[in-house]
Formats: sequence, structure tokens, C-alpha cells
Amino acid sequence: MAQTPKGLLSAQNVASVRGERTLFSALNLQVNSGEIWQIQGPNGAGKSSLLRILAGLLPPQSGSVCFQGEAIEHNRSAYHQELLFLGHKAGVKPELTAIENLDFFASVQGHVQGRGLQEPPYELLANVGLVGLEDIPAQRLSAGQQRRIALARLWLSNAKLWILDEPFTSLDVHGIELLHERFQWQVARGGAIVMTSHQALNHLPIALQTLVLEYQH
Amino acid sequence: MTGLLAIFIAIMRRDLRVAMRQRSDLLNPILFLLVVITLFPLGVGPGPDVLSRIAPGVIWVSAILSALLGLERIFRDDFRDGALEQMLLLPVAVEWSVLAKITVHWLLTALPLLVLAPLFALLLNLTPSAWGTLWVTLLLGTPVISCVGAIGVALTVSLNKGGALLSLLLLPLLIPLLIFATAAVEASATGLSPAGPLALMAAIMVLTVVLSPYAVHAALRVSVN
Amino acid sequence: MWRWLHPYAKPEATYRLNQKMLPWFAVPGIVVLAVATIWGLAFAPADYQQGDSYRIIFTHVPAAILSMGLYMTMATAALIALVWQIRTAEWAILAIAPVGAVFTFISLFTGAVWGQPMWGTWWVWDARLTSQLILLFLYLGVMALYAAFEDERTGAKAAGILALIGVVNIPIIHYSVYWWNTLHQQSTITKVITRFEKPSMAPEMLWPLLLNILGFALIAGTLVILRLNNQILQREVRRPWAQAILSGAIPASQAANTGAANTEERG
Repeated sequence: MAQTPKGLLSAQNVASVRGERTLFSALNLQVNSGEIWQIQGPNGAGKSSLLRILAGLLPPQSGSVCFQGEAIEHNRSAYHQELLFLGHKAGVKPELTAIENLDFFASVQGHVQGRGLQEPPYELLANVGLVGLEDIPAQRLSAGQQRRIALARLWLSNAKLWILDEPFTSLDVHGIELLHERFQWQVARGGAIVMTSHQALNHLPIALQTLVLEYQH
Repeated sequence: MTGLLAIFIAIMRRDLRVAMRQRSDLLNPILFLLVVITLFPLGVGPGPDVLSRIAPGVIWVSAILSALLGLERIFRDDFRDGALEQMLLLPVAVEWSVLAKITVHWLLTALPLLVLAPLFALLLNLTPSAWGTLWVTLLLGTPVISCVGAIGVALTVSLNKGGALLSLLLLPLLIPLLIFATAAVEASATGLSPAGPLALMAAIMVLTVVLSPYAVHAALRVSVN
Repeated sequence: MWRWLHPYAKPEATYRLNQKMLPWFAVPGIVVLAVATIWGLAFAPADYQQGDSYRIIFTHVPAAILSMGLYMTMATAALIALVWQIRTAEWAILAIAPVGAVFTFISLFTGAVWGQPMWGTWWVWDARLTSQLILLFLYLGVMALYAAFEDERTGAKAAGILALIGVVNIPIIHYSVYWWNTLHQQSTITKVITRFEKPSMAPEMLWPLLLNILGFALIAGTLVILRLNNQILQREVRRPWAQAILSGAIPASQAANTGAANTEERG
């Protein structure tokens, strides 16, 4: 995977306003290949809003976001080809089983070009600890198990950039460990991760960059 | 192009699968339609002349009302479980994904209507010469309901109580459809040519199918943030 | 376009411009409307077919024209709000909608009152009347959608999209009398203004009508300006410049030069 000297993602002078309140302004961020960024801050500081701006879901009040040097609104589809965004709600359809959900994600992820999952990828399910639950609709699984379905997309994806909103929510110790391993894999191959998390990520074997958002009154 | 088609098909497959897991949601609007249509003969009296005169209007009004009943499903569940924002992040033009969802909605609501239309025509004693025209008006008009409805749902999807508002927004926009459809059916019931209103309906359908995905995209960008 | 618009993206600048324009709309508006109404009701000759009942035209036609004109203005504001994210344009949508709805209602009401003696019925479902009724629903829909959102900016954008979609109704209203064989008569005014045809209406009737249209337009402008300025003050009530005006420290008309200091980058 080609490494660009400019880095993957950069935000220049970004501001966000919700209602009458300015969440943050004049924010700069540069994410390079092989980096993990943790956005920290109290509730309501605008962590999720920042992630949504970076993903191109929310237009910033001012400023711009560039992916590999190009403004994301100008090459939206190339950017989204290389992006995996998991928000609070990750788009797991509660009526469908884990396999069916993953099948959908596999067939829409640009790289797989039309091929869904060829056969039930037990390896993948094993990775996220869902073996034996593959035929049960997601709504009958526990919150942590549903979260694992969403996170299984990390094993399907070879996007350069992952943007993850609270990926560790409702995961058990084993799940967190699995996720750490996968983060390592992403970083080792030159990808990057931007995420929010309330947990201290001490156990993460990779150096962590942090950005702290203050609550603005 | 293959990626585009693959995503179009993938969305349709997923939405059809989800719909098949909630069959009662699919059946209810059709049952509602059937009940409303049986209410009219009871309300206005079973005289065949009266019924055959009001039949086009009754079938069309009931069809629009029953379409409104299940309309919110186009985007509401997706909005709640986050599938909608994932849809905005797919690496294809959002308009295609929107069109896939509109197509699924049309298949699920309009196909049963088209199948049952002769039954409704029979129940309401519609002049047999107008049956074909009624069917054509439904074929041309139901895509418009799905498309315009998708715009309305996209605008109101982030509201908790969007239901009544949705009807207020959509019904006025559907009035022209109702006027042309009933005009066409009435024309052929009285032995005149329905070509004029049918041509207008076809034009409206083409325009809405082509343009509404853009409006839906704009509305979704406002709602999902 | 942007260069010209940009200063008015600041609510304060718009407020001051509005305050300056207000007398130029309000005073001529009242005078023109008074003159035109008296002229139309008392001095214009009676119609040879319709007698005196035609005089309702002096309210009906201006209200109908303005109902469409205001809709186009609202749609323009909506376009500006959506493309350039300007807040004053968002407020303009809300400022215009109720005024437009009232004018639409007036046109429908006077039409019904006129229709009763002329056509023998208050209401017919012909194309012109139906499309004008849809216009009223569109105005109401825009207002309802705007009000339904908790977040006011989201509501403004949603209402703006609806307003833009509704624009398709405007040519339908205008051309309905030509496209369909309607009971409603064809437009007399358009022929004169757009095609320089000889008016099919006596000049003694045409002049008060044109003057009435001007008066209605000025009054509509006045109402919109007043509503927009109220909106601006309401939203900006916590800003220093609004505080200064509200507390009466600076007369609004003179405050134009002092406000540059506390500029606020938004939009």
C-alpha cells in the first residue's frame, strides 16, 4: 500500500456548531499512516461530531477535511472506498442473522466488487467469537454480541482509515483483546485509526496519539 | 459500473430479506386497503350505478392512504439502527442506493396492489371497459407515490412523531396524481380516450423517478447529522 | 453573487438594511393601497357583464399574484440557505411563509366570494383553484415542518427542501388556465405585461388594478421585513448589538455605523 508523504487524513481549521453552541473551532488534525488517534474529552465536547465531520457525514461549520491531500467532498466516493466508519449504531439489521449482515457488508465494501461472502466464513465468526450464533437474528443476541457483528467488519475491511466511535462499548475482556490485535494488524500494514474511547488504552501495544477536546461553554 | 450494480442488488436483497422477516408489516396495508374498499359500499349504499361512478376515486384514494400507512418503513428502521448513515458512506452515488430502496418499497407495496386491482374493480362494480385503464394508472402512479413518499420520509425521518406531519406534506403533492388517474379511468368508463391524462401521468412518473433520488439525498443529508 | 450576498450573511447587517428599507415599503404601501382601493371601489366604472361584483378583482388578483411571488421569494431564500448555509436566509423562510399563506388564503376566499354570484358556486375543483389550494397546503407544510424539529437549523433546512420541491406547483398554477379548460378565466394582466398586447380590459379598470398590485407588493414587503427583523432580534437577543437596540441605547436607524466592531463570523 503506497504511503503518501502528506499523511492520510488532515483537518484544517475545522469548527462545529450544534444549535447555538460552538463545540470546537480552529481544530487541526493530521493523521498519518500507522497512527492510532484517540479523541478524548467529556460528554458533549463534540467527540462524535468530530468523527462524523471527519467521515464526511456532517459538513463542518468552517474549515476543511482532506483525504490524501484532496478535499473529501470533491472525491467522496474514492474516500469512502478507503474508509470504514462505525458509529454508535453500526447499521446491523436486527432482523437479519450475523451471517446475513456480514454478507451485506462484504458485498457493498468496494474492494470485494460484487462478491458477497462465498460461504459462511467460520474463520471470521471465530475471530469475533460468534460461532454457533450465526443463524440467530441479531435482535435476539446480547448487546456485546451485536457489537461484535459490527466489529467483524474490521476483519472484512482493508480500508486505509478506520473511524470508530466507542469501539470497546459493551465488549468483554476477551473482545477487547481481539480488537487490540486487529488494531495492531491495521497499523502494521500502514493503515490508520481514529477513535473515541472513555477507557484508558494502556494495554495497546502501539504508541497512541491523543487529541483532547475541552467542553466549551 | 459492476460495483454500482452490486451495491444496488445488495441493498435490494437485504431490504427484501428484512421485509420477509416482518411479513405482518407487509400484509397490513393491503388488508387496510381491502377493508376501506369494503366500507364504501356500506357507507354510500350498494347501488351499482353509484359504486361504478365513484369506483376510480375510491380505489385511488384508498391506495394513497394505504401507501402512507407503511411508507415510513423506507428509511425509519435504517435511521434507527444506523444503516442509513452507512448508506451515505457507501462508495457510490447515494442516489443509486436511494433508488434501490425506493424500488424495494415499490415492489412490496405496489405489486400486491396491481395484483388485487381487478378484485377491487369487481367489488366496486367498475365498468369493465375501464379495468385496463385503472390498472395502467396504478402502474404509472404507484412509482410516483413511492418516490414522492421517499422524499417526505427522508425529510421527517429524524422526528419522533413524523406520522401526521408526513401525511400533511405528502397528500397535497399527490393531488395531481389523483386528478389525472381518476380522469383517465372516468374517460375510458364513458367510452372516451384516456390517452391525455395517461400521457401526463407517464411524464410525471418519469420526472419523479429521475429527480426524486436527488431530493431524497439532500433531505437525508439534513436528517442524518 | 457571493460577494454581494456575503455582508448580509451577518444577521446584524441584514437587520440594519431592513430597518432602512422599512419606511420605503411601509409608507408608500399604505398610501398606494388606500388610493388604489378607493379608486377601484368608488371611481372605476362598473363592468358591463358583471356589474359591481367584479370589483373584488382589486383584492383577488393582487393577492393571488403575491401568493405566488412570495412563494418564489421563499424558495429563493431556501436555495440560498441550503447552498450557502446562511442563517438569515433560513429565518427568511419562516418570515415569508405565514405572509404567503395569508395572501393565498385571501385569494382563495375572495375567489369563492366572487365565484358565488358569477359561477353560482363557492368552489369548483378546477385546475386553477386546486393548484392554488395546494399552494396553501405547501405553505402550511413548510411551516409545520419547520416547527417540528427540535434543532431549528435542521428544521429550516428540511423546510427549505420542501419549499424547493413545491416550486413545481407555481408554473402549474400559472398555466392551469391555458392547459385545461377551466372555469376560471384567463389572465388579463400577463398579456399586458409580458406580451405587450392590447389590454382586454378598459384602462379605467386596469390602472387601479395595477396600482393595487403595487400596493399589495409593498405591504407584503413591509410584513416580511417586520417579521424577519423580529426573527433576527429574537434569535440574536443575547448578542451585544441586539441588546443595545432592545434597551434603546442606540436608535436602530442610526446604529448602522457603530455595529462593525462586534462582528460575528457565522454562516
